[in-house]
Amino acid sequence: MHKGHTWERVITAIPYLWLFLFFLLPFAIILKISLADPVIAQPPFTPMFDEQGNLSVSFDSFIFLLTDKLYAITYFKSVMLAASATMLCLLLGFPMAYGIARSEPTTRSILLLLIVLPFWISFLLRVYAWMGLLNNYGVINNMLMWIGAIDQPIQFMYTDFAMLIGMTYSYLPFMVLPLYATLERMDLDLVDAAQDLGATRTGAFWDITWPLARPGVIAGCLLVFIPAMGEYVIPYLLGGGESLLIGRVLFDEFFVARDWPLASSVAIVLLLILVVPIMLLQRYQARDAENA
Amino acid sequence: MIEAANPDSFIRIRGVSKHFGDFVAVDDINLDIQKGELFAILGGSGCGKSTLLRMLAGFEEPTSGTMEIDGVDVTRQAPYERPVNMMFQSYAIFPHMNVEKNIAYGLRKERVAANEVDERVSDVIRLVQLDDFRARKPDQLSGGQRQRVALARALIKQPKVLLLDEPLAALDKKLREHTQFELMNIQDELGITFIVVTHDQEEAMTLSTRIAVMDRGRFLQVGPPKEIYEYPKSRFVADFIGTINTFEGRVTSAGDETISVDCPDVGVEVRALCTEDVKVGQDVCVAVRPEKIFISREEPEEDEGVRVRGIVDDLGYLGNLSLYRIHLETGRMIQVSRQNRRRSHKRFVEWDDKVWLSWRPRSAMIIQGDD
Ligand SMILES: Nc1ncnc2c1ncn2[C@@H]1O[C@H](COP(=O)(O)OP(=O)(O)OP(=O)(O)O)[C@@H](O)[C@H]1O
Ligand SMILES: [Mg+2]
Repeated sequence: MHKGHTWERVITAIPYLWLFLFFLLPFAIILKISLADPVIAQPPFTPMFDEQGNLSVSFDSFIFLLTDKLYAITYFKSVMLAASATMLCLLLGFPMAYGIARSEPTTRSILLLLIVLPFWISFLLRVYAWMGLLNNYGVINNMLMWIGAIDQPIQFMYTDFAMLIGMTYSYLPFMVLPLYATLERMDLDLVDAAQDLGATRTGAFWDITWPLARPGVIAGCLLVFIPAMGEYVIPYLLGGGESLLIGRVLFDEFFVARDWPLASSVAIVLLLILVVPIMLLQRYQARDAENA
Repeated sequence: MIEAANPDSFIRIRGVSKHFGDFVAVDDINLDIQKGELFAILGGSGCGKSTLLRMLAGFEEPTSGTMEIDGVDVTRQAPYERPVNMMFQSYAIFPHMNVEKNIAYGLRKERVAANEVDERVSDVIRLVQLDDFRARKPDQLSGGQRQRVALARALIKQPKVLLLDEPLAALDKKLREHTQFELMNIQDELGITFIVVTHDQEEAMTLSTRIAVMDRGRFLQVGPPKEIYEYPKSRFVADFIGTINTFEGRVTSAGDETISVDCPDVGVEVRALCTEDVKVGQDVCVAVRPEKIFISREEPEEDEGVRVRGIVDDLGYLGNLSLYRIHLETGRMIQVSRQNRRRSHKRFVEWDDKVWLSWRPRSAMIIQGDD
């Protein structure tokens, strides 16, 4: 056998190995836990096979999850919030990415640096900083009161609005960077050609720029939506007690209630919710590639 | 160089310049083009050809000057308002649309009825011979096929002016020649005014009614191909179009029609026809095209403009022509070409043969000025 062949196989095997070790294997463990019953023991769930070696699975936690309305509401709210944050990121991120991609090369690298600069500071600290901004006596309320726009401080903290701001702020770079990558690669003559053939500036944007930027839009949306769905820190710091999101529920079930089977089933349902839009988008893209 | 203002010119360009920062890409161009002309802009890489075309199409705003098409000042018009279509040097084919949709795009934007779109698309697709590729995506086409898509897409709107930026550069020679004639036919049929940018001088010669030779943002000479070839006004133009032998010299006598020039490179006095005003003692440049020089083994007749001896340094067989490089006794190398009229295995002359070169006074041109 040729040596190059072996190497090729080793290299293509790496991503599969990675997926197996860090996705499939943990997933299998979580799935196994979700089918157990909680007990007060170490570990806090019943084993899959009892002493006689009989298989013992229980769908109790899934049934509980699906019948309790609270969970449905929490999932729905998480989806809505993550989707809103994704939309906001797209609305803000597209013009930013477009502007960066069309700027002079020297300004471009500075702008890109500014986009990734926040990553140099801990995520936790940056969300914490928003508490200082959104507080009843924080910077924003003080400013508004000082210019006389309001008499009473507005309650920003511990609202959905605060979470939306926090998520949009935190995940905006994940939208801007893939969008920038597709827009930067685009041949500008294409837009000129569309205008030459009778399209207005807006017409050329929707006919040419937008469809060609779509892979970047899809990648950006997934990169924002998926982590925003499972976000824990932002609802914990900005969202307050009653605004439950699925990330917090997950954490609380694991570490406060110590009901590992229920927590695991929450995680699995979350995964299913995430997989559906990804698969839909992938099919959409495949069809896009097929017919012009 | 300002041409005489022509009242009925179709395209009128007046004092158009384009600066990119300090850099002057197009420098004070004046030009008149008649309706139905096939006008070629010829020049080296980076001389501003594309920039001039992009200004006509409306993608680039001139720093100064005005442009009129068919009596309408288009200088400040948006690209989609101009009766102009352009074929891009990069082709700029929309990668997410198939061949048919690319070609139909311009008509769709004009809101032409669907059945008429189909009909006209089929017509141009036949014209550029892409019938078998209608449903292909651009990345499944060869370079030449892509070029034809770009041409069809620009043609279909039947603009008043069609701008072509290096339209045939990616085609092989056969297809290029075929497409050249196709272009000329289309131009004849539709009466569209063509402006073709090229850096291929042969293409400019075959295609166009007139040629502008461009260098560093300026037009050096504008005229019919024959005039540009036979009567270049500067050394740059003479050098750029075809091959040419040039000799520096000083005028020793100037008669009514012929002058004599002492050219140290040739070694003998060169007589040349000259209708321009030339004074004795002036420095000029004598230029002779390779095909105007006779090569012979025997000494030529007395009445030639120049007779000079040399040795064959190199020869090349091109099928229809043979090219010779002749080493003169002065050390100067001269290029000569000769038609291969006879079928023969034997060469007319061999390497290191002693030969005579001669040309007539009317074959040599006198170029004044320092360029
Ligand atoms: N947007 C721009 N900014 C700065 N300089 C530019 C710009 N566009 C063109 N130039 C410069 O202007 C000059 C002329 O460019 P142009 O594209 O017109 O050349 P060209 O004659 O078409 O050359 P080629 O035969 O290589 O296509 C070049 O030196 C180019 O670098
Ligand atoms: Mg060019």
